[in-house]
Amino acid sequence: MNNPILTIDNLTKRFGGVTAVNGINLEVMPKETIAIIGPNGAGKTTFYNMVSGRMQPTEGKIMLDGQDITGLPPHKISRLGVSRSFQINNIFPEMTVQENVEVVLSAYHGHSRKLFNLASRNTGIQQEAVEYLKRLGIDGLKDQRAEVISYGDKRLLEIAMVLATQPKLVLLDEPTAGMTPDETRRTTKLVKSLADSGDYTFLITEHDMDVVFNLADRILVMHRGEKLFAGTPEEVKNHPEVRVAYLGEEEDEVVEEANP
Amino acid sequence: MKTRILMGLLAVVIAGLIAVPWIASYFYIFILTEILILGLFAASFNLIFGYTGMLSFGHAAFFGIGSYATALVLIHLEWPFLACLLVSMGASALLALVIGFLSVRLNEVYFAMLTLAFGMMVFAIAYQWRSVTNGSDGLAGFTLGSFGLGLDLTLGNPAVYYHVVLAIVAIAAVVLYLICRSSFGMILKAIRQNPERVSFAGLNVRTYRLVAFVIAGAFAGLAGGLIAPFLRVASPELLHWSMSAEPVLMAILGGTGYFLGPFVGSAVFVLLETWITSFTESWMLVLGIILAMMVIFFRKGLLGTALDWWMEVKK
Repeated sequence: MNNPILTIDNLTKRFGGVTAVNGINLEVMPKETIAIIGPNGAGKTTFYNMVSGRMQPTEGKIMLDGQDITGLPPHKISRLGVSRSFQINNIFPEMTVQENVEVVLSAYHGHSRKLFNLASRNTGIQQEAVEYLKRLGIDGLKDQRAEVISYGDKRLLEIAMVLATQPKLVLLDEPTAGMTPDETRRTTKLVKSLADSGDYTFLITEHDMDVVFNLADRILVMHRGEKLFAGTPEEVKNHPEVRVAYLGEEEDEVVEEANP
Repeated sequence: MKTRILMGLLAVVIAGLIAVPWIASYFYIFILTEILILGLFAASFNLIFGYTGMLSFGHAAFFGIGSYATALVLIHLEWPFLACLLVSMGASALLALVIGFLSVRLNEVYFAMLTLAFGMMVFAIAYQWRSVTNGSDGLAGFTLGSFGLGLDLTLGNPAVYYHVVLAIVAIAAVVLYLICRSSFGMILKAIRQNPERVSFAGLNVRTYRLVAFVIAGAFAGLAGGLIAPFLRVASPELLHWSMSAEPVLMAILGGTGYFLGPFVGSAVFVLLETWITSFTESWMLVLGIILAMMVIFFRKGLLGTALDWWMEVKK
């Protein structure tokens, strides 16, 4: 129980001469919620892309539950228990909301290899899909085509799809990006309750500081690809360099506040 | 209610197809035989195009190999027809496995170009390997013996052959349909819409694309095995790249989003070709105009447009 579920060791990604992520170390304990924050271009998404297998790291190591997953393709990493959402909506637009979750469940349960079962009669998968939609509060939309539901509901659908593979580790890439304040509150509450349920380990990137401070047990602050600081939400709030780098405050403002 | 009416309509069409030899002349029997075979060819293509989202320009390779396989087995081994068809499916599936293995790793235009290139290679081999394929003349002079399974059928009779084609195409269509409606079929549709999301659900998209490609190849081979005795020749034209365009056109004409779309496309294609070539040489011009109209105004194809209209009007 006290072994980390994810261990990142000196993770580095260079594109030509540009270093997008530079020597990041991180340990994630089971049932923990960790937020990664940093301004645009800080390397958060690149970091995610490496952990989820979308990109190969230039250097460093990623261990999941003691197993080396560095550089594995996405489908293998997903099979091993890492599930991620994306900053932009990444769903199956022409399918119904319920079918979107059914696809993921079919993949997870190995039904995807069945050539002669009628998918429309696969009641086990269908019921399970509805369960996940209920958990996200969007089961009322199950028969809608996924492309016509609202932006916020699409994001919730994505979280339902992410959870449907029963992952050991959930990566959410800006789950509330582009949401209305109302949707943001609803989503934050949902993720909070999922995190509090103790069933999931979350790694979340987020722009909205209210969401971050609300959800995170620990926060990793990235700046220009490097770790600027890591600590509890309280420590991050009061860290002067973080306020300069991320909270967008001018240095003298911080000084002013520090010496009123 | 509406689905019931559509089902009834389908039953009437099938009953009509069964009854054709008793009510129509040989001319129409030939036309319908061709429509059914090319419809199966187009439907097999649509498994990878309409469902999985892979535009192959080399599908005729599998159709042609299927026709050569049946012709070769009939000439050299004189096996029953059913066995010939199984050999055709096997040969095409094997070829599809090789071509697919090398092609499915690429996407979109690169995939299309690679399948086109392999199609041309297969054509060149059939054209030049005279000792086996008889070059540009193709393989002719084979005769159909028994059907197999102890059935006593006079396959040389066009009406009987039509019924055999109808039965085999119907069975093949049902199998393809079941595959499309299975969990596997659902994954194929998901891959068309968003391959990356499927891989993040833990599936190797390449493997699924390859399996779909091989299944499509096998059914194209079956169609090829049916066309050789019908044309009484297996010739290089059957695997020429222009033949690869036909299932693309038929699928788009009928509607790629519907299982029966390619069959409708095949019917319209063959009927129009027969009708238009009876009074003008420029059939391709007319076909071009129709296709352009379809793509610009009726994206869902004839069947899709008709179904939409039906759902709207009869509400």
